Amino acid sequence: MKMRTSNLNLYYGEQQALYDVSLEIPQNCVVALIGPSGCGKSTFLRTLNRMNDLIGGVRIDGRIELDAVNIYAEDTDLVTLRKRVGMVFQRPNPFPLSIYENVIYGCRVHGLKDKKRLDEIVERSLRRAALWDEVKDRLQAPAMGMSGGQQQRLCIARVLAVEPEVLLMDEPCSALDPISTMKIEELVQELKQSYTIVMVTHNMQQAARVSDYTAFFLNGKLIEHDVTDTIFTNPQDRKTEDYITGRFG
Amino acid sequence: MEQTRKEYIHELDIIQEKVAVMGDKACTEVQLAMEALLAGDAELACEVMQADDVLDDMIVDIEDSCILLIAKQQPIAHDLRVIVAGFKIATDIERIGDHAYDIAKTVQNVTVPLDSERMKWVQLLGACAVEMVAKAMRAYREHDVCLADEVRRLDKKMDEVFARAFYALSEFVTTEAARQKRITQLLFIARFLERIGDHAVNIAEWVIYRETAARIQQKKPACPASRGQVKPGD
Repeated sequence: MKMRTSNLNLYYGEQQALYDVSLEIPQNCVVALIGPSGCGKSTFLRTLNRMNDLIGGVRIDGRIELDAVNIYAEDTDLVTLRKRVGMVFQRPNPFPLSIYENVIYGCRVHGLKDKKRLDEIVERSLRRAALWDEVKDRLQAPAMGMSGGQQQRLCIARVLAVEPEVLLMDEPCSALDPISTMKIEELVQELKQSYTIVMVTHNMQQAARVSDYTAFFLNGKLIEHDVTDTIFTNPQDRKTEDYITGRFG
Repeated sequence: MEQTRKEYIHELDIIQEKVAVMGDKACTEVQLAMEALLAGDAELACEVMQADDVLDDMIVDIEDSCILLIAKQQPIAHDLRVIVAGFKIATDIERIGDHAYDIAKTVQNVTVPLDSERMKWVQLLGACAVEMVAKAMRAYREHDVCLADEVRRLDKKMDEVFARAFYALSEFVTTEAARQKRITQLLFIARFLERIGDHAVNIAEWVIYRETAARIQQKKPACPASRGQVKPGD
């Protein structure tokens, strides 16, 4: 298992947002997190690289392991953790810099200065993000001039540039048109050969198309998780069935 | 939680109702075809043959409804199984209707009446076939997996009766040269009825799939010697 949570509870102040969540995330697989708004799926996603630490009043108990090591241990280096477990957000958020500078932003933060090495990273990351052919002739152009779909792939390239092991994606296609969405979905299929991916999505068909495993959250609890083919053809819990078939909302 | 997609759920219910109505009609047509055959009633046989067009229209309507619902609503989980099962079952029902048509068609060509000794075999097979279709459709309507399982078990009985009937009727072909054509027709009818039983089993298996997601397929033994062919004196 690449990652594993055991009896994870999370509180925003007095309010409990996650209840006893135990979930295994296998290596080189896509795990989709689904559930209605406010069910805790994005909260859970953010615990996987401790992004919730940035929110005041958050308290966590339980255990989260990356390669069998507890990421909430006192000696955890958060910069290294977030390099190993990268994140792509709902809305593309390129920096107001060139395409080139966006991709190598993380590398510069980590102190890399060698121009030749940076050039290699830019090409490799953009290729992996299926964006190289579209932008190779305008790497110095401002990233803000790209289309929404291109910007999101640029953000993925930016994460890939620091060579993560796990990619967290929080509704990465919700702000994109259908063609851009399909490109991201195809990209996810490519990327899982090299990375482990955890993706929050509200789109049932997207979860069914791209993920190997699906976890259904409701009211902060993990109701059911299984192989995606099983969840979408024969879920065991009535609440899962009702949600994925759109019986309640 | 507030229930959503009421119209979609209603459309799913309509498809299931259409399949159930079509199945009941096909079952009735098999019954009537057998009545026409046993009574030599050409007029009734003609009505059965005309009813096949109605069944053909019904399957097109069901298929169109399923295709539209898949395209527009992307059903998954149990809903998807409802659609897939409905689609497949409608095909089996349509074939049952075709066999009722085939049986009725033979009534038109009767020249030499046969005695009850010959007819009792097809009568027996007909009763078996009607029982299987009726139970399969009841299992469909009532979501009854146990009843669907019973239909699968009835197929064994049907196969045994068919083997006996086939053997007995074949004997008559060689001994009664004057009635050869008619007895050959009865052999065909026996085969149609046995096939109707097979379609009833298919329906039962799709009912089980709809309810449990389990794929069960009754396989025929590959070796003819083990297919329950009964020798005289058995």
